[in-house]
Amino acid sequence: MTMFSLARFGAILFKEFVQMRRDRITFGMMIGIPIMQLVLFGFAINSDPKHLPTLVEMADDGVLAREIVMGMETSDYFDFVGTVTSQEEGDRALRDGSANFVLVVPVGFERDVLRGLNPDILLSADASDPAAAGGAVAAMSGIVDAAIAQVLTGPLQYTAGAPPPFSVTVHSQYNAEGRTSTNIVPGLLAIILSMTMVMITAVAIVRETEKGTMEALIATPVRPAEVMLGKIIPYVFVGYVQTLVFLIAAMFLFDVPFIGSWFAFFLGFNLYIVVNLALGFLISTVARSQMQAMQISFFTLLPTILLSGFMFPFAGMPGWAQALGTAIPATHFLRLTRKVMLKGASLPDISGDMLAIGVIMLVIVGIALRRYRQTLD
Amino acid sequence: MTETGDLAISVTGLTKRFGDRTVVDSFDMQVPKGAIYGFLGPNGSGKTTTIRMMCGLLIPDSGSGNCLGYDILKEPQQIKEHVGYMTQRFSLYGDLTIRENLDFMARMYRMKDRRTRVNRALADLGLSDRAGQLAGTLSGGWKQRLALAACLLHDPQLLLLDEPTAGVDPKARRDFWDEIRRLSAAGVTVLVSTHYMDEAIQCDFIAYIAYGKKLISGPAKEIPRIIGLTTWRVEGEDISALETELRQTRGVDQVARFGSVLHVSGIDVAALNRIAAKQQERGTHIWQRKDAELEEAFIYLMAGATDNFAARAAPA
Repeated sequence: MTMFSLARFGAILFKEFVQMRRDRITFGMMIGIPIMQLVLFGFAINSDPKHLPTLVEMADDGVLAREIVMGMETSDYFDFVGTVTSQEEGDRALRDGSANFVLVVPVGFERDVLRGLNPDILLSADASDPAAAGGAVAAMSGIVDAAIAQVLTGPLQYTAGAPPPFSVTVHSQYNAEGRTSTNIVPGLLAIILSMTMVMITAVAIVRETEKGTMEALIATPVRPAEVMLGKIIPYVFVGYVQTLVFLIAAMFLFDVPFIGSWFAFFLGFNLYIVVNLALGFLISTVARSQMQAMQISFFTLLPTILLSGFMFPFAGMPGWAQALGTAIPATHFLRLTRKVMLKGASLPDISGDMLAIGVIMLVIVGIALRRYRQTLD
Repeated sequence: MTETGDLAISVTGLTKRFGDRTVVDSFDMQVPKGAIYGFLGPNGSGKTTTIRMMCGLLIPDSGSGNCLGYDILKEPQQIKEHVGYMTQRFSLYGDLTIRENLDFMARMYRMKDRRTRVNRALADLGLSDRAGQLAGTLSGGWKQRLALAACLLHDPQLLLLDEPTAGVDPKARRDFWDEIRRLSAAGVTVLVSTHYMDEAIQCDFIAYIAYGKKLISGPAKEIPRIIGLTTWRVEGEDISALETELRQTRGVDQVARFGSVLHVSGIDVAALNRIAAKQQERGTHIWQRKDAELEEAFIYLMAGATDNFAARAAPA
């Protein structure tokens, strides 16, 4: 009598799918949100911008200086938009944003190079958005090497291979990890699943309470586990669909490699889906209305985006933020996905991340089960 | 375990608090098997909470009792198998079709002959050809009939109906009550909460609750006597003026008008008799003593209920 009934569980499962199919807008959101986020984050948010307006103060227009400027121009990072004649002029342009960079080639640059005096080229960068300048700055040394190889030939060959006979001083530094989308896109799966799984489950359960259907449901002999599983499992399938959409977009739209173990990835994202559904269930035991469920879901989404290492490098965060971030499942899943997709990780490499997600899940499920009531109390 | 005998419901001392508010206070009730038991009281008086405690949806803070012979504290699961509970609000799925809703409820009770029962329910409802319609698109009266059909699918021995006819037109209400009486005749016990007099007078038993306390209960016929209501029937010319006058007269607790007739009632028999005698001397109207009936009792109770809302201490 008090046993788990597969028939009742199946009935709830079936009902949930029918309702999901009828609710076109939510259904559209489940597929639309991943695609929209992928496009927004993958394309629009580009932390490796190119064609940045650059001014040049040419106090020496020798071959070497011109070769460097030409190399910068062809790198696509720098667009030379004009020249300045004084430091004040350059500073003003940086301040008002008309230029992101000012390149200063000092007087007698080429002469000093030949004399072995190791002169400085100054690249002043607008550091207000360090991320924006990062790629360009990182590209500088390559450009300089190429310019040297072009110019310093023949009798000057002896300088090649040695440290450049002059230095490039850059006023801001940033460690770009290379192509942005390669880094952003795998992290996005964590955000997409977290956003939709938590919210949709929470809302779907609270909707029953809000509309009064939960009262009729629990007036029947149905068991709590049947309700819980019957309502949650349909959304596991939604998570599968979202992951599939994500993978197709990641691999064919963004050319993100997938070099690790599919099996490890499969285990990882299943675990992550479940932990998010459990969180959604927990929220549903707190929220009194669908609106509240939505708000609480968004509230959990914010730290997920900000503290998981998705938005900002985890290592760069202060200790307290890292501690908070460690308690967020997305932090671990994000690492897991990046490891598997980009670094070719297999199961042993991600076991630590899996364990962390597992522990978080146990805590969430524990609290959710304690809070869930078979009655209306 | 208490001996329940011929009682479908037997509860004593049921108490439920939400925070520091006592919603139901030491509630006792005995509902004989097969009876239609009317549960009266103003909004917020604790009717819904009481019904929910009887079918295991809420756990009472104190008190105990049996429902269909099962302990309401220890055996809610068994109670749920045999009780049909119709909630105050429409609580089927608006985004499922009529058939899907019935089928879902049938599956909750794990019925063997599900398809047959659902088809029969649809036929009984006269909704066979609209079975594919979304339940949310039905009118109020149809929703109510569908909800009743849904909670009758598993042939419950006890029906708990929480204001089942709120917002339903009179014709649909009459049909609904025909069905209730038919079920009662077939041996189903019915506990129904209501605001309406025409429903109250259809009940075999009545309990009146206000502020979570049961004030009166008993067989419907005896309710006027239990209240101690005396009634005079008044007929004659210019009845409206008299009605206004009597309403302001001390000793008259209630004046109810039925067409050109007034029913004048009060608790204080002596005072009412004096008023009647004085009026009879005037000779403008015919005054006749009559037995107070459930109508008068109901109006009296409901009028008192409004007073209760104005924070007067509830009479014990």
